[in-house]
Amino acid sequence: MAGIPHDHYEPKSNGEKWLHSRLPIVGLLYDTLMIPTPKNLNWMWIWGIVLTFCLALQIVTGIVLAMHYTPQVDMAFASVEHIMRNVNGGYMLRYLHSNGASLFFVAVYAHIFRGLYYGSYKAPREITWIIGMLIYLLMMATGFMGYVLPWGQMSFWGATVITGLFGAIPFIGESLQTLLLGGPAVDNATLNRFFSLHYLLPFVIAGLVIVHIWAFHTTGNNNPTGVEVRRTSKADAEKDTLPFWPYFVMKDLFALAVILVVFFAIVGFMPNYLGHPDNYIEANPLSTPAHIVPEWYFLPFYAILRAFTADVWVVQISSFFTGGIIDAKFFGVLAMFGAIVVMALVPWLDTSSVRSGRFRPMFKWWFALLVVDFFALMWLGAMPAEEPYASFSLIASAYWFGYFLVILPLLGVIEKPTAHPETIEADFDAHYAPNTGGTKTLVDPAE
Amino acid sequence: MIKKTILSAVVAMGLAVPAAFAEGGGTYMEDFDFSYEGPFGAFDTNQLQRGLQIYTEVCSACHGLKFVPIRTLADEGGPELPEEQVRAYAQRFDIFDAELDDTRPGTPVDHFPTSALDSAPDLSLMAKKRAGFHGPYGLGINQFVKGIGGPEYIASLLNGYKEPPACAPEDFPGYYNAAFPNGGVPESCKHEGVSTVQGSWIAMAQPLYGDDVQYADGHEADIHSEAADVAAFLMWTAEPKMMARKQAGFAGVIFLTLLSVLLYLTNKRLWAPIKRKKD
Repeated sequence: MAGIPHDHYEPKSNGEKWLHSRLPIVGLLYDTLMIPTPKNLNWMWIWGIVLTFCLALQIVTGIVLAMHYTPQVDMAFASVEHIMRNVNGGYMLRYLHSNGASLFFVAVYAHIFRGLYYGSYKAPREITWIIGMLIYLLMMATGFMGYVLPWGQMSFWGATVITGLFGAIPFIGESLQTLLLGGPAVDNATLNRFFSLHYLLPFVIAGLVIVHIWAFHTTGNNNPTGVEVRRTSKADAEKDTLPFWPYFVMKDLFALAVILVVFFAIVGFMPNYLGHPDNYIEANPLSTPAHIVPEWYFLPFYAILRAFTADVWVVQISSFFTGGIIDAKFFGVLAMFGAIVVMALVPWLDTSSVRSGRFRPMFKWWFALLVVDFFALMWLGAMPAEEPYASFSLIASAYWFGYFLVILPLLGVIEKPTAHPETIEADFDAHYAPNTGGTKTLVDPAE
Repeated sequence: MIKKTILSAVVAMGLAVPAAFAEGGGTYMEDFDFSYEGPFGAFDTNQLQRGLQIYTEVCSACHGLKFVPIRTLADEGGPELPEEQVRAYAQRFDIFDAELDDTRPGTPVDHFPTSALDSAPDLSLMAKKRAGFHGPYGLGINQFVKGIGGPEYIASLLNGYKEPPACAPEDFPGYYNAAFPNGGVPESCKHEGVSTVQGSWIAMAQPLYGDDVQYADGHEADIHSEAADVAAFLMWTAEPKMMARKQAGFAGVIFLTLLSVLLYLTNKRLWAPIKRKKD
């Protein structure tokens, strides 16, 4: 499958040959598992396994939760309490599922920022990046709809605010919002379709994950140097790579186990830390909470949404030139989705010929600032919409767009990259004593 | 404009300082030392029984516990009432039975009744739907250390009925409570729209004064310990499986730590021939 030369599956026994000539499924699994992987991958390359684990965890716990949950406005909240009190291990399933969503987003943000720093989005990996962004969007949709299901106050009012965003789209907005809600307001129809979609989308995500893996198995993994694996011969490729099994499977499983220690500590000892207390109040359409705050993983983009108020000059100009079609509300929606779109378009916005941030002296600082900016936006998204937070949000939002639309295109022209190693092997040997034995020595099982 | 807002923010903060000293940014919030706090903390059965007594004799006049099945009073780790006591306890409630189209005495399989007053919120989840701690700067870091503080909020609220501040008019509706954040505050107690007093005015009259109940276990019934007892009981009604959850979490942490160590050693051994040490 991959462009990197390596050994392929050879059926040996008659049974294997019989199957292989009819359905080469064992070969597919073998080639996927034995994919040559750059041997200099660092610890930021473990998030893929964590994400795969999260998807499996969410699907398994979610299927069992769905057996006990009732998607009906008068019964949804009580059915969640039924899960927490009466279902065997139900409290654990629910806390694993709700905190599992948080782990999922921690991992996806780490994964995305890893890609942004090491230039994993650059040619020839644009498709991998775009598919990844689609997965991220679907994750947000799934997470949002899942948060509505317990039918607490934040569920209800979060749903009202977020679907209201679609209502801000000119001309079609109102119809679109009605379609999303199944009526004029958040009600039973909304809860039912959100439950249906919350069950469906994870399987769409699973499908896209396969495409994501297929895409980067075709191009090969990026690595911390950004230098491509040599494909000139199998011998050359083997100097740069190691098979995924067992080397990276073991490494990733170790990392996953360490992360799960922290995860289980949170689930066991402080499962509501990341949630909002208001969601333990049953939804009440007649009482609006003082602050409607989305889940933490939406906060950076929620801050961008709220930053562009009617008194900001770009909003006023847009409103003037479009005859009021782009008002402050719609501008905010455009900005929020635009913040993700510019991230998706980064393969074409970054003009630098050097892939890895490790060899880009100026880029490093701007990237570090982007990470700070991301956390600042996260904090600002949780703050009330008043001064001084509104001004800070505007500055932080401006930097987000500035990074992708101005800084990245410019840096490629003005930055002078430092020297990078010729090969992955050279990078690896700079850290470890070179392999002089010639053939690879595996651990002796008798040892 | 920004200058002006920063200035007013500084002024507001300056005014809020005396109140903010008490923790929680403008409300009185006492950090109670509950037995169930921390990874190994467990509910105190005697305290839960005392809390149940207060709920039954005081709170239940207005408030309900609609999500709590009465049978769970016998559960391990809860108030652990003997079964015959649970049966007798259930009978004190009149439960509406749709099949009979009439009320009948409660049985252990019934839930506690709903609130008797529409304006009195259900207490089943009160300890989880309120936060006692928030800061600093809304980051919730003190929740990481102290917990979210729902029971602390309940106990502080029950302890928070104080003499109304001098700035308030006599006839202001409600009762002054130093721990209640979301109630009304008279205009005369505000400076530039920002309240200068701790807490606000609550619709509920002071429910506990001390010695409201005669504890069966002879425990002292001053208002402070009554408030703590009922708060602990409400933590149990909100999270009855807390002990089992902590045990599962603890087992998870131990086994995964062990697994991490084994995987670390496996991984190290596996990579040893690849990652050669430099001489």
